[in-house]
Amino acid sequence: MTALFAADGNRGRAFDPGAAAARATEAILRDTLHGAHRGVVVDSPPGAGKSTLVVRAALELAAAGRPLMVIAQTNAQVDDLVLRLAEKDPGLPVGRLHSSDPDPYDKALDDLPNVRKSTKAGDLAGLDVVISTAAKWAHVKDVEPWRHAIVDEAYQMRSDALLAVAGLFERALFVGDPGQLDPFAIVGAEQWAGLSYDPSASAVTTLLAHNPELPQHRLPVSWRLPASAAPLVSDAFYPYTPFRSGTGHGDRRLTFGVASDGSGPDRVIDEAAQAGWGLLELPARHTPRTDPEAVRAVARVVRRLLDRGGAAVSERAEEPVALTADRIAVGTAHRDQAAAVRSALADLGVPDVTVDTANRLQGREFDVTVILHPLSGRPDATAFHLETGRLCVLASRHRHACIVVCRAGVTQLLDDHPSTEPVQLGVTVKFPDGWEANHAVLAHLAEHRVPWRP
Amino acid sequence: MSLIAALARLEAVRSGRAQPAATVRHRHLSERPLVFVPLTTAGEAGAPLGALVGTERDAPRLLVVPQPRDRDLRFAFLADLADIVLPHIDAYACSVETAERAETDPETGKRVKVEVDLCADAPQLIVPSRAGIDLVRLLGRSMRFRRTAEQDPEAPHPAPPHVPLLGRWLTHFGERARVPGSSLLLALTEVLTRHWASGQSSLEDQHLAALLAWIDPPAGASGADAAVRAELARDEDGQLLCPPAGPATDPAFDNKLLAPAIERYDRARTRLAAAEDGVEADDRFGDLTAAEQEIRALVASRTRPTWDAVWHGLDLLRALPEGDHVADRWTRDRWSFTGHRDRVAAGEPPQPRRDDAVTAANKLATREREQARLEAQEALDDPLVMAGRRLAGEAFAGEVLDVVMTYSEGKRPSPRPLVTVRTGDRPHLGERTKVYRSLDGKPQAAEFVGDEGSDGDGAGDFLVVLRIVDKMGRGKEPAPGSVPEKGDRVCFTLFEHEQRGGAKLPDPEETPWTHGGPPGEADAVPRPDPMTEEDVL
Repeated sequence: MTALFAADGNRGRAFDPGAAAARATEAILRDTLHGAHRGVVVDSPPGAGKSTLVVRAALELAAAGRPLMVIAQTNAQVDDLVLRLAEKDPGLPVGRLHSSDPDPYDKALDDLPNVRKSTKAGDLAGLDVVISTAAKWAHVKDVEPWRHAIVDEAYQMRSDALLAVAGLFERALFVGDPGQLDPFAIVGAEQWAGLSYDPSASAVTTLLAHNPELPQHRLPVSWRLPASAAPLVSDAFYPYTPFRSGTGHGDRRLTFGVASDGSGPDRVIDEAAQAGWGLLELPARHTPRTDPEAVRAVARVVRRLLDRGGAAVSERAEEPVALTADRIAVGTAHRDQAAAVRSALADLGVPDVTVDTANRLQGREFDVTVILHPLSGRPDATAFHLETGRLCVLASRHRHACIVVCRAGVTQLLDDHPSTEPVQLGVTVKFPDGWEANHAVLAHLAEHRVPWRP
Repeated sequence: MSLIAALARLEAVRSGRAQPAATVRHRHLSERPLVFVPLTTAGEAGAPLGALVGTERDAPRLLVVPQPRDRDLRFAFLADLADIVLPHIDAYACSVETAERAETDPETGKRVKVEVDLCADAPQLIVPSRAGIDLVRLLGRSMRFRRTAEQDPEAPHPAPPHVPLLGRWLTHFGERARVPGSSLLLALTEVLTRHWASGQSSLEDQHLAALLAWIDPPAGASGADAAVRAELARDEDGQLLCPPAGPATDPAFDNKLLAPAIERYDRARTRLAAAEDGVEADDRFGDLTAAEQEIRALVASRTRPTWDAVWHGLDLLRALPEGDHVADRWTRDRWSFTGHRDRVAAGEPPQPRRDDAVTAANKLATREREQARLEAQEALDDPLVMAGRRLAGEAFAGEVLDVVMTYSEGKRPSPRPLVTVRTGDRPHLGERTKVYRSLDGKPQAAEFVGDEGSDGDGAGDFLVVLRIVDKMGRGKEPAPGSVPEKGDRVCFTLFEHEQRGGAKLPDPEETPWTHGGPPGEADAVPRPDPMTEEDVL
C-alpha cells in the first residue's frame, strides 16, 4: 500500500487531467446524443464533476431540440440542478415539478424568470427540461413519454424507484457514484436477493443486469480531492476503476496564523495541513456510540481549526481564502453521534459548522472535514459500520485535509471480525469489501497518527 | 440495539429475570390459535419427522413419519396435516361481514367504494421459533405445485387430495409473516422477545425454553441459571432435559435414540414384506406396529415439552392488555386472509416460484410502510416504547408552559399558536422540523420554531417552542380542545403517525425495459431448472 502512495508524486507527470476529463465527457455526450443504445451509464468518483456533466448533457439535449426529464433523488439535489441550469443558461425554459407539501422547493427558484414550478406534470408540458425527484415522478401518470431522461445519483436510487418511473422515458443517461452508500430498505429483502430485479438493489445494478450491452463510461479525474487524497480513495474504494486528482501536490496549501500549542488537536491539525490526512488516536476503549471523549475531541479539533486562523490556498483563487466555519464539516456514522457533536460544539461556542451523518453528507464538499471513525470504540464490526460506502463518503468530502478521530485498536477489531455476511446465490460480490477498504485506509492513516490522551 | 433495550438487558442480567420491554401486548392473539410444533429430519432439507398440532392445549394431535425418507409416508403426514389445518381455515373462511373497499372502476377509472366480504376473523398459526416459520414456508413451497390424481391423472406420483391446497395456504401464511406487525403466523420466541428483554444474547433468545426461563423462572431460581439448565442440562443418558423447540433435533437424540428406532422400524418393514404366509405376516405386522409406536413415543417426548412451553408463553402474553392499534393491524391480516381465500375460490394458480419485478417491488413497499406504521403505533400504544423513542431523541414529552396565539399571513388568517413546552428529553430538532402529537387518535402537526435553552432551574430541562399548524378547525379561532393549554402534559414525536401510500407501480405486463420487460417475455425471468426425476416426491 505504502509504496503505491509514495509513487504518486510521479503519477501525474505526463497526465493532463483537464484533457482526460474533456475526452471522457465528449465520449459520454456522443453516446447520449447519437448512440444506438437506450441507456448510458456514467460512473463518477467523488468530486469528478458529475453535476457539471448532468447540466452540460441537459443543455446539449435541449439545444438539440430534444426535451428531457431529469430525475434526482432529493429535493435539495433537484433545486441545486435547477439553479445550476439557470446559471449556465438563464433563458432555458425549465420546469420544476414539486410536491404539494409546504415549502416544497428552494425559495431561490422564485427569482428565476424562466423556471416554472408546478405540482402537475401537465402544467410543465412542452418545457425544454423538467426536473423532479424520483418520488414525485412516480406519481406522474398518463403523459406522453419523454424521449430522453437523465437519472442523477443513479447508484443511490433503488431498483423499485426506477421501476416506478422508467415508463416515463424512452432512453436515459444514468449518472452516479458507485463507491458511495448503497440504497437500503428498512425491512429485510433477502427473499429477492439474487433476482436481477431485486427491488432493494441499486437502479444501476438492475439496469445493467437486464441490459448488459449498455455503454459504461467513467469520469477519470476528481477535481475535489487533493493530490494527497485521490490515490488513497481511489485505491481503497475504486481499485478497478482508478481515478486521479485534478490538482498536483503543490496546488493546494493549508496554513495557520496561530502556532501550535503542542496539544493533540493542534498537532493533528498541523499534520493534516501538511499531509492532507491526520489521525487523532485516543486510547483504546469500548465506549457507547456517543463516546463523550471522542465527541469532545472532535469538537476541540474544530474549535482549534477556527481559532488558529486557517487559510486555504487553491487553484480556485489567487489569494488565500480564510478557513471559516462554513468550509468545515464533521461527519459521523449515526445521527445520535452527530447530535452529540453538535451539542459539544455549542458548548465550545462554535455555530454554523455542518455536522451530519455520511448519508446526509453525500454529494457535499468542504475544505476540511473532521470525522469520527465509524468503528471507533466499538466492540464489534457490523455490516453497517463496515459498509464501504460509509467510509468512502466520510473520507472524500474534503478539498484540503481530512482529520479522523478514532480510538486505538480498530485494526485489531477488524481482524477479530472478518466479514461474515451470508453469500447469496446470484448476487455479485462487491469489491472491495468494507473490511478490506477499512484496512487500506487505516494503514495509510497510521502514517499520520497523533496519539493523544485527553 | 437501542439504548433502552441495552439498559433492559443489563437490568435483566443484574436481577436474574427478564425485564418488561412493553406494557401492552403488541400482537393479536386469537382465542383459538392453531399451534404447530414440527420436527424435521437431520440431513434432509424440509423432511418432516413429526409434529404436534392442534387448538386444544390438552389434546394435541401427534403426527409422525416413522421413516422420513419414505416419500409415501411423508405424503401421508402432509395429508394428515391438511386434514387438521384446512378445516380450521375453512371455519374462518365461511364467516364473513360486509366491508367497504376502494376500487378503481374499470369504466370511469375513478376510485369508487364497493361493498365486499371480509372474513369476520382469521385463523392464527403459532410456531415456537423463527426456524418454524421457515419450515412452514418450505413445506408450502414443496406442496403447492404438486398435482393430485384428480388434477392430473397422468402424474407419476400424485399427491393426496388437499396437499397442494395446504401448500398454498402455508405459503400465504409464510409470506404474510414477513409483513411487520402481522399476526397470521407468529413465532413465539419473536413475540416474547418483543415484550420482554432477557439477560442473554438475541441468538440465545431463539431457544424457547431458555427464553421462558428468563421471563418466568421456576420459584426461587434465577432466570440465568434456569436458562443455562434449559439449554445445556442432560440426563444420565446424555439427552437434553429440555429438548430444543425445533424443527431441528438434538444430535444426541438423533444418534442415540432416533436412528436405532428407525433402523428397527426399517427391519420390521423388510421382514413384513418378506413374510411368506398370513400367520407370519400378522406376527411381523405386530413388530412393525411396535416399532412405529416406539418412534411415535420418541417424537412425542421431544415435542410435548415445546408444546407445553408454547401454551405457557401464550398465557404470559395473554396477561398483557392488548395495545390500542393491535385490532387495526389484525384487520389488515383479515383482509390478507380474505384475499387469499378469494384467490383460491376463484381457481387462480398457486403463488409463483419467484415474484416478478412489480410484485416484488409492491411487496417491499408494503412492508416498509407497515414497518413504519408498526413502529409509530407501538410507540403511541405503549409509554415504555415511547420512552425508548424519547431516549433516542425521536420524541419528547413535557409540560406546556405557555401558549401565545398568532395567525398565519394571507387572505384568511388561520390560527398558528406558539406553544412552549418544557422537557427533560433531548429531541434531535432542526429548524422547522415537523413534530406530531396524537389528538383524539389523529395526528396533529406542529413545527419546531426554536429552543430557549434551559429554564435555569438546573434540572437539565429545556424549553421547546412549537407552532401548531393543523387540526384546529376552519374558523379564525381554533376549535375547542385542539390547542394544548398551559399546564397540559404533551408528547410530540418526530416521526409521522400515519403512513402515506406510495405511488402506484405499473402493471406487471407494463414492466419497463430497465427491469427486463413484461415477465412473459423470453429472457425476462430466469427459467426454473427443468423438472428432473429427483424433483418428483
